[in-house]
Amino acid sequence: MAKVILEMAQITKTFPGVKALDNVNFQVEAGEIHFLVGENGAGKSTLMKVLSGVYPYGNYEGDIIYEGKVQQFNKIQDSVDVGIAIIYQELALFPDLSVYENIYMGNEVKYKGVINWNQTIVKAKEMLDKVNLKVNPETLIKDLGVGKQQLVEIAKALSKRVKLLILDEPTAALNEDDSENLLELIKALKKQGITCIMISHKLKEVVAIADKATILRDGQTICTLEKKKGEIDERTIIRHMVGREMNQIYPERENKNIGDTILELVNWSAYDTQLGRAVVKDANMHLRRGEIIGIAGLMGAGRTELALSMFGNPKNYKLMGNLALNSKPQTFKHTSDAIKAGMAYVTEDRKGNGLFLLNTITKNVSASKLSGIANNGIINTNEEIKVAEHYKKSLHIKASSIEQLVGKLSGGNQQKVSLGKWLFAGPNILILDEPTRGIDVGAKFEIYSVMNTLIENGMSIIMISSELGEILGMSDRIYVMAEGRITGELNRSEADQENVMALATK
Amino acid sequence: MNLLKETSQIVKDNIRDYGMYIALVVIMVTFNVMTNGTFMSSRNISNLLDASGYIAVLAVGMTLVIVIRHIDLSVGYVAGFLGAIAAILLMQQGLSVWLVIPIILVLGIIIGLLNGFLIAQLGIPAFVASLAGMLIFRGALLQVTEGTGTIIVQDDLFNAIGNGYLPAIKYFYNRHVLTLIIGAIGVVLYVVSEMKNRHDKTKYNFDVMSLPIFLIKLVFVSAIIAYITWILAGYNGISWTLVIVLIVTMVYHFISNKTVLGRQIYAVGSNPEAAHLSGINVKKVTYMVMGSMSMLAALSGILYTSRLQSATTTAGMLFELDAIAAAYVGGVSSAGGVGKVTGAIIGAIVMASLTNGMNLLGVGISYQYMIRGGVLAGAVIFDVLTRKRGK
Repeated sequence: MAKVILEMAQITKTFPGVKALDNVNFQVEAGEIHFLVGENGAGKSTLMKVLSGVYPYGNYEGDIIYEGKVQQFNKIQDSVDVGIAIIYQELALFPDLSVYENIYMGNEVKYKGVINWNQTIVKAKEMLDKVNLKVNPETLIKDLGVGKQQLVEIAKALSKRVKLLILDEPTAALNEDDSENLLELIKALKKQGITCIMISHKLKEVVAIADKATILRDGQTICTLEKKKGEIDERTIIRHMVGREMNQIYPERENKNIGDTILELVNWSAYDTQLGRAVVKDANMHLRRGEIIGIAGLMGAGRTELALSMFGNPKNYKLMGNLALNSKPQTFKHTSDAIKAGMAYVTEDRKGNGLFLLNTITKNVSASKLSGIANNGIINTNEEIKVAEHYKKSLHIKASSIEQLVGKLSGGNQQKVSLGKWLFAGPNILILDEPTRGIDVGAKFEIYSVMNTLIENGMSIIMISSELGEILGMSDRIYVMAEGRITGELNRSEADQENVMALATK
Repeated sequence: MNLLKETSQIVKDNIRDYGMYIALVVIMVTFNVMTNGTFMSSRNISNLLDASGYIAVLAVGMTLVIVIRHIDLSVGYVAGFLGAIAAILLMQQGLSVWLVIPIILVLGIIIGLLNGFLIAQLGIPAFVASLAGMLIFRGALLQVTEGTGTIIVQDDLFNAIGNGYLPAIKYFYNRHVLTLIIGAIGVVLYVVSEMKNRHDKTKYNFDVMSLPIFLIKLVFVSAIIAYITWILAGYNGISWTLVIVLIVTMVYHFISNKTVLGRQIYAVGSNPEAAHLSGINVKKVTYMVMGSMSMLAALSGILYTSRLQSATTTAGMLFELDAIAAAYVGGVSSAGGVGKVTGAIIGAIVMASLTNGMNLLGVGISYQYMIRGGVLAGAVIFDVLTRKRGK
């Protein structure tokens, strides 16, 4: 048996109100490729942050035993010093600096404090050879594709004599060829004795190169599967990922009133010019009157991007394909056009781009439809107050008065204000992006009930959610996305946790 | 005892709003005591208000610019340049005042829309775009005044804007009667609007201050309005400059509080992304605010040229910094979304009072700059501290 390079024993990490990791045990042998698999929020990234010292010693319970010693990392540099390197999905490179400057950033080749640039370049070349990247080290990072940038990150890690390399969803932003390359490289690094921990949502990769895979669910280790024992296959992994009790209760609803198609997407693609890749690819989808469709998928699957691309395209994606409302083709130049056409989008990030936190409930609720409380551009304050009082009452917003600042409300009540703001705009199509993220069970149930009332009154809802239970419990139909594509459509009756997850990891 | 408690609670809750009023009163009383009453004399107060008019209108526009998280450094020389153009149109082209004023205001709007184009359409940082404008209009001002040097304006109607007063109709114990009447109307309007406001709030069961405090506030503010008009009435009465500043203030106050456009401006300032997602056209709002800013710069140029009765080659120098300082003293927040038009006016008066008071006391110019800088820093520190506490 190979020697154990890393053991994380009974790691518990709590954030205010949530236990992100609960007695996690995790063992990695030297020279293996070990995958960490789990749903969004299962605790994979938190675990890796504990390991790399982002959460310093004392901030969590349990022990990290690395190369036979209990380690106490107080900062990231401490873990780097012993040969642990972590590469995040969001690359930490400086786009306007060259490849060699990036590789030796923070680890400069110097003599008495003066940098020897010639030697830096020579050394950088060696590192680039190791990762099999054939570019001039003087190239600027921004002139490289994402795949090559990733290799530069790995070269940077190698320059620090890494023994344990952690990659957080390294292939999420890569195309097929680049992904293939990266996986080959990781196998090659393994031969050189480098141990690798990878977080991935793509089960194909796990099956292809993993020696072991540890599955996390709700902050707990479920099991570790081994290739030697023939345990690693997609079905088994999925079974362990989702095997959760359905303990959330959803309000009863009869979906008798489903009507004609109200929204249709045909071959819909969105290209993000800033990221330089397509975020939505060839999506075909329809929504009928009085229906809730759920859009399931893992982080980065392109669900929010799909919603924004339909809702007036505020991110200025390059769009292709057709969007039709009531069979009429539409091109929205601005979010205001989408609102006029009867759409509403309740954001997943209510504090970031949903609410005006320094303003009162009143002013937030009216913001999406100021024309509704104004005559000739002059605001009728009495009317506005009536509107705000109406939504405070009907959505059970708990606040001392409608004059309270939204920033001082609890998450659940902020979400209700956000919902009220969009209901006042009077939409036919309501897009809810993670409608119950970060709010308590009571408020969740209230929001589900509101959704049911709305569709009974003929509204149609698109619900984006990372919570499988919510997707299965609330949707009439489910679309599953992965890597910008719609990988499947399921009816309420045929959907279960396993087939949704299988499509999400396709 | 309860009364005292409530008062202190109200002051605590509204310290951001009341802070600058308190500062203004403290400054005025202090200077008045130190100058043995000269500071609050009719003549001095009248001069002080008239002399701060051209900065006050800039501060009003600047407040909205800062609210939407931008800045406009070009306003000083835009004012200087357009003031010179006004003088040229009047004196060299012989156009009538009634034609010149709208032309200048429209030119201002056009300049503002160009700024808006650079900032909203091309995405150039407002600081850089308006810095370029500052240099360009400084050059333009020199260009148009190069041949003639200072252009003397000999047009009584135009010069009255910066130097004239409302007619008195009659004098009553040596007091300017029309001014007293306007003051009385002002008090009545204030009382009526406050009562209506209170009535509305009670109707919706909102918290209102207790009756005695409310009455004390009514009497106190009315007394201040009455006192100021009484002082002004003791000299030449209300100047046309003051009338213009009051109209600008009222119009902008109304726009920012009561209209859809105003709501959109504050929405864009407090969270541009959320505003965009709420269907608000952020670009359009930016155009409007930048356009209004340069229009007010044009107005400022008219006020300044008229006050000096001439257009000079250095007109407009550092106006922008005075306006920005007034806006910050008046409580605008650099984080965006917060700031009142009325605050900008108070800020402008605070800064003008400091200069005026220190001049009366014979404080050296070197100390004056340092003290004004200190007050500006203090105002922003106050803003940051009270905002932290609010969270």
